Parts: sequence; C-alpha cells; structure tokens
Amino acid sequence: MSATAPAAEGAVVEDRIAVASNWKLVWWRFRRHRLALVSAVVLAMMYAVVLAPDFFSTQNPEATDARQAFIPVQGIHLFHDGKLDPWVPAIAGKRHPVTLRMEWSIDPNKRVPVSFFGRGHRWYVFGLFETNVHLLTSDDPRQRIFLLGSDRLGRDQWSRIMHGTQTSMTVGLVAVALSTILGVVLGGLSGYVGGKTDSVIQRLIELLQSVPTIPIWLALAAALPRDWTPIQVFFAITVILSLIGWTTLGREVRGRFLALREEDFVLAARLAGCSRMRIILRHMVPTFASHIIATASLAIPVMIINETSLSFLGLGIRPPAISWGVLLQEAQNIQSLALAPWLLIPGLVVILAVLAFNLVGDGLRDASDPYSN
Amino acid sequence: MSEVPLFDAPLLQVRGLQKFFPIAKGFMQRVTGHVRAVDGVDFTLNEGETLGLVGESGCGKTTASRCILRAIDPTGGQVLYRTRDGRVVDLASLPQRELAPFRAEIQMIFQDPFGSLNPRMTLLDNVGEPLLVGGMRSRSERTDRVAELLKLVGLRPEFMHRFPHAFSGGQRQRIGIARALSTNPRLVVADEPVSALDVSVQAQVLNLLLELQERLKLTFLFVAHDLSVVRHISDRVAVMYVGQLVEVAPTASLFSRPRHPYTAALMRAVPVPDPRVPPADGALRGEVPSPANPPSGCYFHPRCRFAQAKCATETPPLREVAPGHMTRCHFADELTLAGA
Amino acid sequence: MVCAMPPIPIAIEPPLLQVKDLRVTFGLDEGVVRAVDGTSFDVRPGEVVGIVGESGCGKSVTMRAILQLVDRPGRIASGTILYRDRNGAEINLTNLSPRGPEMRAIRGAEIALIPQEPMAAFSPVHTVGSQIIEAIMLHAGQSGRRITKAEAREITIGLFRDVGISIPEQRIDSYSWQLSGGLRQRAMIAMALSCQPRLLIADEPTTAIDVTTQAQVLELLRELRRKYNTAIIFITHDLGVIAQMTSYVVVMYLGRVMEQGPVDQIFHSPKHPYTRALLRSIPSLYGETRTALPVIAGSLPHPFNRPAGCPFHPRCPEAMARCAVAQPVLLPVGDNQAAACFLHHEEAEA
Ligand SMILES: Nc1ncnc2c1ncn2[C@@H]1O[C@H](COP(=O)(O)OP(=O)(O)OP(=O)(O)O)[C@@H](O)[C@H]1O
Ligand SMILES: Nc1ncnc2c1ncn2[C@@H]1O[C@H](COP(=O)(O)OP(=O)(O)OP(=O)(O)O)[C@@H](O)[C@H]1O
Ligand code: SF4
Ligand code: SF4
Ligand SMILES: [Mg+2]
Ligand SMILES: [Mg+2]
Repeated sequence: MSATAPAAEGAVVEDRIAVASNWKLVWWRFRRHRLALVSAVVLAMMYAVVLAPDFFSTQNPEATDARQAFIPVQGIHLFHDGKLDPWVPAIAGKRHPVTLRMEWSIDPNKRVPVSFFGRGHRWYVFGLFETNVHLLTSDDPRQRIFLLGSDRLGRDQWSRIMHGTQTSMTVGLVAVALSTILGVVLGGLSGYVGGKTDSVIQRLIELLQSVPTIPIWLALAAALPRDWTPIQVFFAITVILSLIGWTTLGREVRGRFLALREEDFVLAARLAGCSRMRIILRHMVPTFASHIIATASLAIPVMIINETSLSFLGLGIRPPAISWGVLLQEAQNIQSLALAPWLLIPGLVVILAVLAFNLVGDGLRDASDPYSN
Repeated sequence: MSEVPLFDAPLLQVRGLQKFFPIAKGFMQRVTGHVRAVDGVDFTLNEGETLGLVGESGCGKTTASRCILRAIDPTGGQVLYRTRDGRVVDLASLPQRELAPFRAEIQMIFQDPFGSLNPRMTLLDNVGEPLLVGGMRSRSERTDRVAELLKLVGLRPEFMHRFPHAFSGGQRQRIGIARALSTNPRLVVADEPVSALDVSVQAQVLNLLLELQERLKLTFLFVAHDLSVVRHISDRVAVMYVGQLVEVAPTASLFSRPRHPYTAALMRAVPVPDPRVPPADGALRGEVPSPANPPSGCYFHPRCRFAQAKCATETPPLREVAPGHMTRCHFADELTLAGA
Repeated sequence: MVCAMPPIPIAIEPPLLQVKDLRVTFGLDEGVVRAVDGTSFDVRPGEVVGIVGESGCGKSVTMRAILQLVDRPGRIASGTILYRDRNGAEINLTNLSPRGPEMRAIRGAEIALIPQEPMAAFSPVHTVGSQIIEAIMLHAGQSGRRITKAEAREITIGLFRDVGISIPEQRIDSYSWQLSGGLRQRAMIAMALSCQPRLLIADEPTTAIDVTTQAQVLELLRELRRKYNTAIIFITHDLGVIAQMTSYVVVMYLGRVMEQGPVDQIFHSPKHPYTRALLRSIPSLYGETRTALPVIAGSLPHPFNRPAGCPFHPRCPEAMARCAVAQPVLLPVGDNQAAACFLHHEEAEA
C-alpha cells in the first residue's frame, strides 16, 4: 500500500531527529545554505594556504629581478593536446622605444611546461622538516613563472599573495580568538555577577565603543617601537585589534547571560541544587556556544579589514613582512590602475575572504538556534 | 527557626508573605517605588491536599510560588515548612546554603513546556540531573531510576536518549513532571502546568497529576488562571487579586457560594461551554490596577459593583465567614453572590 | 438576558465565503507537511463561524491562505476560495496574485484579520493611531476616495470609542507596548474594523488575555456584529468561547474538517467521535471534581508522520478496520450538519 510508505519514512526521519544532538542539528541546518557551504570550502582552502604558504607558492616571494618587473598575469593551462599536461604561456618583452619601459606580451606559440608537486626553493614544513616540494613549479628552474604577474621589483605576486594570506588570515583568527576570550570572560562576568562589576564593565565597553577607532589605532600603532621585528609588530597589531574588538561580543555574551538566567530550565537546575559552576558550564555556556561561534565568524572579516586598512596606511604590518594590506599598499605606490592593474588582485582576495566569512557567519547564525520554529 | 516537633502542623504555613520589586529610574538607577507583587499572603497547606491558587495575569501567583520555593528571596513574611522529622523551619529566612536539604523535598513544575527543559540535554540528563547533584553518581543507577520515572508519567523508557525537541508539548510536560518527581518530593509547586496545553492534552496531564498525587501522597500548590481547571483539581482554592488573597475556601463552598465580589465576577466571566446558556451580562469593567500603585482601601473597590464609601478608605481584613471559608470583604455577610 | 446569537437565515443568503477542498503544504527539507489537507466550509453574511481544533491542526494556516498570506515555504496546493464581494461578484481568491492590487484591495477593506500574535501586529516604533490612520488613508486611496489625515484621525478616534477604549484622544498617540493586554486587543480590533470589512477573521483574539478582559472583548465583538452585521470567523481552542460566541462551528483535526454544524447541534448532538471526545475532556464549572476526566488516548502525530486513512483513527475509540485505510469525506449527517466519519456514511475519498 503506497500510503504507508511516506508514513514509515516520516517515522525514520522523526527518529533520526529525535536523537540528534545540538551540533548535529546545527550542521543539518547550516548545510541547507548553499552559499554558506561553498564559502566554507573557500575558507578551508584559504586556511590550507595559511598552514603552508610555501607549498602553494611557485617561487620564493622575496626573489627579486628588476628585469622582470611588471609582468602581467600569465595564467595557467591544464591541458595540452587533450592530455593533462599543465603549461604556462611564455612572455616576451620589448622595450618601448620612446618611454623605454618594458612592454610584455604573451607569446601564444611558446609554452613553459610546469608540473605539479615539482621541486623548487627550500622551505620548512611547520618550521620543522626541510623540503622543496611545491604544488606547482616550472620544469626549468631558471624559467620563472608569474601566475598572477609580478610587481615593480619583479617579485611573483602569486607567491606573495600566498604568504600574505597566511599573515592576514592568522591576524584575523588570532585577534578574534583573543577578543572572544576577553568578550566571554568579561561579558560573562558582567552578566552573571551583576551589580558593581557589571556597571564597571559596561562603562568600559561604552568608553571603548565611543572612542573613534581610527585615532586609537593610529596612536597605538604609532607607539610601537620602529625597531621591532615584523613578528613582534604582527603580535602587537593582533593584540591592539582584539583589545578594541571584544566589546561587541562582550555585550552579546552579557545579554545572553541575563536572558538565560531567567530561563525556566536554568531555574529548574537551580532548584535541583546545581552549583553555580555547573549551571554555567552545563546549562548556560552550551546554550550560547553556537551563537558565539557565529558572532566570532562574523567578526573575523572585520578584523581582516582592520588589519588591511592599518597596513595600507603604513601603520600595521610593515615590509618585509607580507600581508594583504602590505601588498595593497605597494600597489598604491604607482599608478597601478593604469600600468599594472593586476597588482590590485590582493584587493579581490580580501573581498573574497570577507564575503566568504560573512556568508559562513550568516549561515551559522541562522543555524545556531536549531530549536526555534 | 523553631525546633519543636509538630506532627499535626500543616505541611506548609505561609504567613504575611511579601515580595516587593524596586522600581529604579534614571541614570543613577534611583529606587522611586516598589511593585508590591505579593503583599501579605497567608495560607496553609495540609499534607496530601491540593490548594489551587487562581487570579488574573500579574496578580502575583508566580512571584508567591517562587518565594515559597526560594527561587527568589521574599521581602517579608514566613514560609513555615514541616520537615520529615517533624521540625518546622522558616524557609523564608534560611540562607541559600542551608536550603539544600529541602530542595529535594519541594519541587516545581513549570508552565512553558518548551522552556523548562534544557534542549541540549537528553531526557536522561534532564530528568536525572536532580539525582546527579543529589549524589547519585552511578550512571546505571540513574538510568534505571529515569526509566522508572518515565514509565510513571506514561512515557516509554526507550525515549531517554532522545532530546526534548522530539516531543510534543504534552509529552514535555510529562518529562517536566518526571524531573520534579525524581527526588521523591513531598510538596510540588505547579505553576500553570496545563495552561499551555491543548484541551485533550490538558485532560491527560490533569489525570496524571491526580493519579500521581494518590499514588505518591503528594501535596500540590496548583497555580492557574483557569477556574474550571482549578475547580477540577483542588481541594481548596485561594483567589488572588493585586498581590493579596481575597478569598480562601474549600472548593465546593467557594464555587457554590463565593463570598467576595471579585470571585463571583471571575466565575461569571468564564464562558460556559453550552450554547443554551446565555452569555452572562455585566462583565467586570475596567482594568486590573497596577501593583506598583494599588488603590486605597479595598483594592477591588474601583471595579466593585457593591462598593460603598467605607471600601475606599478601610482595608478589609481576610476573615473567616463560614467554616474554613476566608474572605476579604467588608460586606461578605450581607452580600448574596451567585456561584457557578 | 440576551440570547447567545440570533438565528441566522441560512438558506436565503448566498455564502459570503466558500472554502472548497483547500490544501496547503509546506515543503521542508525533512519532508512535506500537509498543514491543511482538504478543508471545506462556508461563511454566510453576518454569521459567526467558530473554528476549533487543537494546536497545529491548521486553523491559522487556513486563515492565512484565505488572505493569500501563507508564509514561505508554504503554498496553496489545491482548492478554491470563493469570495462574494460588495457588488455580488464571486472571486476565486486563489487565482489572485498574493501581491497584486486586487488581493491588496480585498485585504483589510473586505476581509480583515486580527492576528494571533498580539505583539507582532503593531510596529513598536509608530504610535498605534498612526498605523490605523495610515491603513484608513491607504484603503481610501485604493477605492478612489480622497481623505485628509485629520479626517482619518477622527475616524480612528471614533473607532477607539466604538471598541470601548477610554480617553481615545490620548490613547491614539500611544505605542502598542504602552497599552495593557486588553487595550492592545481592542486597538487591534479597531484596526481590523478601520476599513469596515465584511468579513472579520479573529485568530484566537482572546487566548493571551484574562477571563475578565476576555468577557469584555467577547461582548464587544458581539455588539459590533449586531451593529455592522460583519461576518466573523472566530478561531479558538476554548470550547466555552465557541459556545458563547458562534452560530456555526467547524471542528478541525490534522488539517481536515471532522465535523461542522450549528453550534447547538455540535454541543448537544455531536456526530463525530472526535467532537464527542473533545467535549467530554474539558473540565467544567459544574461536573464532578477530582475525578479522572475522559481523555482522548494517545497524542497528536508529528506533522511528518500523518496516519493513513481517517486522520483520527489511531486515537478513535470507535475505529474500524476500514478507518485505517480509507479517508472518509465530509457528508451531511443532519440538518445543516456534516461529519467525516464512516460511522455515518460509507463514502471514502478517491
Ligand atoms: N523581576 C521582577 N521585577 C519587577 N517586577 C516584577 C518582577 N517579576 C514580577 N514582577 C511584577 O510583579 C507582578 C506579579 O507578577 P507575577 O509574575 O507573579 O504574576 P502572575 O500572577 O504569575 O501572572 P501570570 O498569570 O501572568 O503568570 C507583576 O505586576 C509583574 O510585573
Ligand atoms: N512557516 C511554517 N513552516 C513550516 N510549517 C508550518 C509553518 N506554519 C505552519 N506550519 C505547519 O502547519 C501546521 C498548522 O499550523 P497552524 O499554525 O495553522 O496551526 P493552528 O491550528 O493555528 O495551531 P495553534 O492553535 O497552535 O495556533 C502545523 O503543523 C505546522 O507544523
Ligand atoms: S470591601 Fe467593598 S469594594 Fe471590596 S469587595 Fe467588598 S464590597 Fe467590594
Ligand atoms: S472514520 Fe473511523 S476512525 Fe475516523 S472518526 Fe470515524 S470511526 Fe473513528
Ligand atoms: Mg505566572
Ligand atoms: Mg494558530
């Protein structure tokens, strides 16, 4: 009988949902958002680059060659004669007789053969093991390839973007992690203890939120000693960003704590005789953990933009360290729009990352309360 | 704290219970007044009986019951509870620490079947939590006890690994009841346990409560706003209006002959489920006054059909007008009010 | 004493609204929810039709379908909704575009809704009065009349007075959150009446308020019906309210009509086992106390897990073998009364 089939199916679905934990429900709801899912894949790829930028680089990002400045985007072709045989079109240069500038053009007849997992410059996996394997290398070590063109010093933009990705994405993540910790601890304290503590923390948040951010950054960043190493600057910038960035999250956590304190199931736990610690850890934190993750993933792109803006203004991460902001700042030095528009590609990467984070964050936010409706 | 064993004393005796919430205004959060949510409530509750507490929204039913549970701290008054060994303790004045031994004995059933269970914990963890914090460390012991409790409230024990979202409102209410019963309580405070349920489910839960009371010798404080429900389940009924009790009486006596004009008006307002009974005319006019600013004299006088000059100035006391029938009206003896 | 409702001359006037075999489905990832699954009923001019049923049986969805306001991912899968407008023309509302001008002209002006969520009905950032004034001006504009803001304000104050709001000149400028539950409910009724609809749909207008306030609101609605002869669809799950308010009752279960008939017959000679069980299970102010109430066994099935055959069969005390496989149709069982049950006829749905 056909009418019983859907009913039985319904029962199976019902059983599966019945024993699904919170995180499973969140995941089921999240994966309904196609765009968020695609964005999550994009972010996963970006974080793969963060783990080992050298592996994805085709050459040393610092290698300069003044004779190979401003080479345009070469691109990559995967097939040759219908077979998988990756190659890059060759570039031919001619000096302009009047401006004396090199003018590059793609030579469609010549191919530079490249291969996957070939050998190139040496690098260290997680700073531990030495290797020289890369995702893509030119078969002829003397023949440099510029997938995304080169800059004014003849450095390979593709490889520089890989390293910039590592810096910028890490700043974003670490800054948000720090501000999440600050936000959860201070916001939680504010919400749970209440009274004077709450007032003090709330006034602090109001103070931090009312000061315009750009001048604070300027002041703090200017206060960084000029002789610090890029690594030190990097951490200092991260800390500065999170010291200012925790306030929104702190507010949110406090609000959730206050709302949760009034929830019946929290009262039930209190009446059951649960200790404060148990109520917080077992009942309250799990309830807003998914919200916090969603909020945090929406905060990362803000941090990335902040880092990029600071570095673009020359106040954040400074060369020789590479970040997206540094790359964009260098692009600003010349009339890149006219002469070498590909130097604005890091901007596209920033947009891609920010969009992906926002889409994932939105998806998570929608999914984070699977019990509504 | 009185230490004299009193075995014939009522299980619970509430005397002059008060709860005022401060009203804070302005930047400095200065206290400009108080919401007199519970304003001098007295009643007794005998072992094994059900006292129904009725009243309109905002009259202080929840606040009063939470004061008794010490979920909030009362502003004044006494909540005298007779312990298993016959001592009488004042729950209202005990510090939170010393309340711990009584937590297991006085439990609560909530109104909202959706908010009262932690959605992130399985039934086993939800129902078993009072057991766990009460010292039952062994998981298998808890599993057995939870299975027993689920059976008791009419649910299949296999359900214990499911999460609350898999259950309907009525089933969740049963789960909440199982949790309340997990520690073998003597007194159960049920705050509108059937108000959020459908008619057919409501009947099931009411039957379950009656059956459990019989079986486990429970004492109920049953808070509700539905007079028919309260009448059905209670031995005695207390009617509340703006933070005060206006009438306390055995159910039959209250419904056959209410002595307070408010009680009578409340009964008249309940629509009768029979189209042949014409709608009662003369619905109560006006609004319930704010407990932050109650009227002078008898709180009910601005809406009372029988109010006289005296009512606006003199506060009537809660007094006994018939055996076991207390009411707070100057003219209780002269008025003849229609019951249900 | 006034009688509950004057009898309605049923046979004479053609129905104002005819809902025929309406089906509304929600396509969710987990499966398809058949929220309304073949519902039919009529509403005659000036009649008060009560719709009773337990939570989730599709009362609100049916009403939203009438107004073409079903939330996504819900859609009207089949059925017709015929509405007779002021000029006597019959319009099939399901053929109108939900956002089109015809439907917008019907909403409010012809059919008004008092929605279930009292807080959601008014915007918290505008005064209650300004929202009603806006609605009045909008509808006046649609029907080609010119009306000034001051005139609309006067009309609104009059409406507030009609629905029993004291000091209407002041209350018109308050925000919804400043009003008490009872006043907000009255303001909502005023809003629904602002364009003099011919059909008022009240979706549980008194569920969130107290009995004494409810008594006031019910009295108000009865009076308004007498005054304007507005037809009312009154949704509630309170059988007492149904008995006191309505003249005709539709009993729904799992998106289907189980039984319908004049209020007296439904209460005094119910034909469907579900109606009978429902009536028995309510505690009354007269019955015996502290005894087990007769209950309907089992619980409502999950929306994804509808039983085959008669939707009530797993809980029906009188279920027969046939009930589990065939779905009974709604057929007359008495004077103006109909039931969908094999105890009364043999007719099953194809
Ligand atoms: N935490 C609080 N702070 C300030 N006022 C409060 C607080 N809790 C309750 N009140 C006020 O105390 C009064 C009594 O509230 P309570 O919740 O006890 O009423 P209730 O009888 O349970 O009503 P309901 O039927 O709506 O549940 C109300 O006026 C309410 O606004
Ligand atoms: N937006 C939605 N998405 C998915 N399902 C929905 C939605 N709205 C309603 N439903 C489904 O439609 C069914 C009928 O809902 P409806 O709101 O009409 O019930 P009701 O009879 O008005 O109940 P109540 O008495 O609780 O108001 C429910 O089972 C619900 O699952
Ligand atoms: S004391 Fe007066 S006002 Fe109060 S209930 Fe009695 S008659 Fe009415
Ligand atoms: S059709 Fe069968 S199951 Fe359905 S109500 Fe009638 S007797 Fe009961
Ligand atoms: Mg309450
Ligand atoms: Mg509804």
